[in-house]
Amino acid sequence: MTESLMAAQAAGVEHAAVDYWSMLFVFVLATFIGLGVIRRVSRLLYTPLMSLTNAISAIAVVGSIVVTGAEYPTTIRVLGAIALFASMTNIVSGFLITDRMLKMFKKQ
Amino acid sequence: MTRAVGQFAAILATALFIFSLLWMNDPKTARRGVGAGVAGMLVAVLATWIQPEIVHHGWIVLAIIAGFIVGVPLSRVPLTAVPQRTALSHAFGGLAAGLVGTAKYFLWVGESPEQLTAFRMSAIVAEVILGFLTFTGSLMAAGKLQEVKWIPQRPVTYPGQNFVNIGILVIAVALGVLMVVQPTAAWSGQVFLAIVGLAVLFGVLLIIPIGGADMPTVISILNSYAGLAAVAMGFVLDNKLLVTAGALDGSSGLILSIIMCRAMNRSFTNVLFGAFGTVQKAAAIGEQKVWKQETVEGAAQLLEQARLVVVIPGYGMAVAQAQHKVRELYDLLTKRGVTVKFAIHPVAGRMPGHMNVLLAEADIPYTALVEMEEINPEMPQCDVALVIGANDVVNPAARYAKDTPIYGMPIIDADKAKTVLAVKRSKNPGFAGIDNELYVQDNTWMLFGDAKAVLGDVVKQFGGGGLH
Repeated sequence: MTESLMAAQAAGVEHAAVDYWSMLFVFVLATFIGLGVIRRVSRLLYTPLMSLTNAISAIAVVGSIVVTGAEYPTTIRVLGAIALFASMTNIVSGFLITDRMLKMFKKQ
Repeated sequence: MTRAVGQFAAILATALFIFSLLWMNDPKTARRGVGAGVAGMLVAVLATWIQPEIVHHGWIVLAIIAGFIVGVPLSRVPLTAVPQRTALSHAFGGLAAGLVGTAKYFLWVGESPEQLTAFRMSAIVAEVILGFLTFTGSLMAAGKLQEVKWIPQRPVTYPGQNFVNIGILVIAVALGVLMVVQPTAAWSGQVFLAIVGLAVLFGVLLIIPIGGADMPTVISILNSYAGLAAVAMGFVLDNKLLVTAGALDGSSGLILSIIMCRAMNRSFTNVLFGAFGTVQKAAAIGEQKVWKQETVEGAAQLLEQARLVVVIPGYGMAVAQAQHKVRELYDLLTKRGVTVKFAIHPVAGRMPGHMNVLLAEADIPYTALVEMEEINPEMPQCDVALVIGANDVVNPAARYAKDTPIYGMPIIDADKAKTVLAVKRSKNPGFAGIDNELYVQDNTWMLFGDAKAVLGDVVKQFGGGGLH
């Protein structure tokens, strides 16, 4: 193994480690933003809030699309397709029912 | 180029999701929030779909169509069924996370084991455990809420239950640690499937001892788990958008759980491992007092002569679908110059905000809905407190009866009103299994029967010319 290759490998490992830290960083920041924003949500709207966050967390759809659509073995893609179906159901029903409920809140 | 588009889309979608939640702080702007959420989702899906590694499109299209076919009817359920729909969607969220984690693990084991670093393997284990326990736990919760026949409604407990539950979780986590150390051994696949099985089992066992009154808290906790499962998926797939959106969902579930726990004066562990409602202690408060029953004519008269009526709705109103009759009564009374307010206890109903949504459905303006802390100082001025299918949230025993499960729970001070009218389906005690002394107070009058029927009769008294 040449020295330059070893250096490149070390750099690669270093790079991967740094990336994980930045992911954790993003997670912590997003959680604090979430706590700050949710704390201000009107108590009247807790039920629609839950269906809305439900639809938003169905962002798992992004991962499911990759697993379903990439050049992977069929069994893997079947699992992906089921996950995609489940996420899509949440997106559709979550946003629709949230809007349906919010329409009902009238001032007078 | 498409990579850059993907990265930019992730930032844009995150911003849109944050705005979406921000606009939920006021009913006036809330619908805009849905728009922002849909836009964010659309951006995220399209940006992922155009990436070069997506080569098969047929199944994606099929799965999306199937999602619409199931999702649209699920969004049209009656509002009394919203708690079980919500639980069901947590189940779907957990399932998606669990399946993607499983797929990715077996993919990497087969094709590129070097991808299974300790960090990534830990994320996969977390994703799979959280995902599958949320899946079965939420299915059980949905089944209980829907009152499916083969799922017992009452909490099921047995000796050593907590020991068994925690034991299963500990084994699953221990196997997870083993996987992190040895992700690609010959037996690793079996161990992985064992973790899946244990998580599935743990979800079921976790919900078995939980009863109806704890559902608002449990649904919130499951909401949080579903969010965290999405975060773990983000770590597995190295995708920041999953992490941010999952974190928003997770923190929302966390805040709602804390609020629900506080509203019952209980801790997380107590809700999950306390088996509420099993302590059937006969709270023998002095000698047995008797109910005083009121006629619908009398009730109508009381209400008409009041200046301030405070309606306290509970799960009984939802079960009887009485919210539209409540609205008729509200109209009749406000027309006659009576001030009518609705006192909403945070845990009334089966999920956070349940009562608000039902009353809004019946066209009651949200300005008439008042939170517990705001209404309580007003209760001594209230002429008639009309309790509709609420029980534990108005039980004065919560203030002093230390041996009851509701001790310390903040309540709506219905007993301080000048007169109490209570609509109740049966003479059975409430969920907590303790008698409610509010019902035998000197100034309390009972109206027994289905809330919808009873209120319908009261409303008729106004229209029938008996009163003027």
